[in-house]
Amino acid sequence: MILQATDIHRYYGEFCALDGVSFGTNEGEFVSIIGPNGAGKTTLINVLTGLLKPDGGKVFFKEKEITGLGPERLSKMGLVRSFQLVNIFPELTVQECIEVAIISRLGKGTRFYSSLDRDDEVHHQALGVARLFGLEDKRDVLAKNLPQGDKKLLDVASAYALHPEVILLDEPTSGVSTSDKNKIMETLVSASREIGVKCIIQVEHDMDIVFAYSDRIIALHQGKILADGTPEEIRKDEEVVCTVVGEKECFKTFEMIVGRKS
Amino acid sequence: MGWFKNKKPWLAAIFLLLAVFVPFFASQYHAYLMLSFFAYGVVLLGLNLLFGYTGLVSFGHALFVGIGAYTAAFFTYKFSIMSMELIIVTAMIIAAVVAALIGMICIRYVKIYFAMLTLAFGMLFYSFLLKTYYITGGDEGMRVLRPALLGFGLAEVPHMEFLTRIYYYYALAILVIATLIMRRIVSSHFGLCIKAVRDNPEKAEFLGIGVKRYRWYSFVLSAIYAATGGALLAPVVGQVDPGLAYWTHSGDLVFMVLLGGFANFFGPMVGAFVFIYLRDTVMSIIPYWRIIFGAILAFIVIVAPGGLMGIGGLLHRWSHLWTQLKPASGGKTV
Repeated sequence: MILQATDIHRYYGEFCALDGVSFGTNEGEFVSIIGPNGAGKTTLINVLTGLLKPDGGKVFFKEKEITGLGPERLSKMGLVRSFQLVNIFPELTVQECIEVAIISRLGKGTRFYSSLDRDDEVHHQALGVARLFGLEDKRDVLAKNLPQGDKKLLDVASAYALHPEVILLDEPTSGVSTSDKNKIMETLVSASREIGVKCIIQVEHDMDIVFAYSDRIIALHQGKILADGTPEEIRKDEEVVCTVVGEKECFKTFEMIVGRKS
Repeated sequence: MGWFKNKKPWLAAIFLLLAVFVPFFASQYHAYLMLSFFAYGVVLLGLNLLFGYTGLVSFGHALFVGIGAYTAAFFTYKFSIMSMELIIVTAMIIAAVVAALIGMICIRYVKIYFAMLTLAFGMLFYSFLLKTYYITGGDEGMRVLRPALLGFGLAEVPHMEFLTRIYYYYALAILVIATLIMRRIVSSHFGLCIKAVRDNPEKAEFLGIGVKRYRWYSFVLSAIYAATGGALLAPVVGQVDPGLAYWTHSGDLVFMVLLGGFANFFGPMVGAFVFIYLRDTVMSIIPYWRIIFGAILAFIVIVAPGGLMGIGGLLHRWSHLWTQLKPASGGKTV
């Protein structure tokens, strides 16, 4: 297993956000974590990526315990993430946003007196990542001036520029128009292949996206794993369907959603 | 060479050319004022690395200016070591060590907490200077004797001529060197990383940038610049006292940065220049110059948060807005 969580507990005061979550992911998997609001999806991602320390349980990455290690160290080990809300460097250009990640990966951040303008290695790699994400023509645009879809792509592109082994995407298509969602997902999948990402874990609400791209789906509810299986297995699980959709006549609704993909 | 295209360096070149000729066409008094500008220019280059590029506001930077100035006083007055180069290097080393130590505490905090902590350390140093009068001369301070420049004592040169002719070019050269080095630092790999830390520390951390470590580097570098400026300032004022490390002096430094504009590389230096001349002018008219400066600060924060260097952009935006509104209102009247 490349990433493994065992018996993770996390509390916010009295509220139990994660209640004994255990799962592992293998190389080559595209895993989606689904669940209604408040199920603990983002908390789980935050624990896995070191933003939050769990109150109980352990996290392993490539057989090494990484529980409580901060994001800086995890990113250097090859475990990176993107955020639910767009998380970019607003006053930097697209090129610079990507270059920050490349400088970090190449360990050049403490070069106090070397001219970045003359560093062809960083420039060429940044250009490559920008091209991969369709941001090539916008390299000189300030990140804050990009359209929402491109901001989202830039957020993910900077994470990909670290050449991670595992990437965790927290709602990669949230806040993006429906027409842009598939474009973003296609870009992510092809970029992952190109860069050699071994495993993608995403939190996603859009069932079209989840069922179209996942090899495996983990359904969370009230901090516990409700189901863990292939899209076909999840589709047949009425309890999961009702919990995730959370409406009356949920099964019919869900059938309508996922039926288009089957 | 990108910045030569973008940042209008010809303005800086013209300013440098004017500065070179000041001792020839302006009075000694103006040359003397320019000396303060050169020293503060070095201080502010460092302060803006922390403020404008790293996003941390220090209200205790006078501490490092004090370290530089007192190093000059101790060396020349107490130890009879006159070499200005040795004074500057020693001031840099002491400031780096002090900043490295207190920086380890300060950089754990941001925003107002960072500002208050730096203020607290600044006030500690001020109290130390004030109370240990048997070492520092207390509130009377200590004299700064004429230093030797590049090994030349120049004892026979009259004092004002030394300052406004010889020391003038020495200080200008230091400012130019400090500017070129700082320009290189902010254009380096490190420079981009601290801008990322300023913009979004959480994202930077997730990209493998050790946010606290980069803030610490920036803090130490800015302290080295402040101490260099302090050491340059000491022979100009001739007498150092604890007021150099007092919090109002730190406030003046922040004011200069805001006045010129922290978003622009040359902004703080413009701020220092305007501050020094404005203070001199206002002080000659009314003794309560801080009232006037308070009003100016309020005006800048409200109307032109980009400072003097941001006014061009502000006017451009206003004119753009005006041209957009004009046809609309014209349409109504027709």
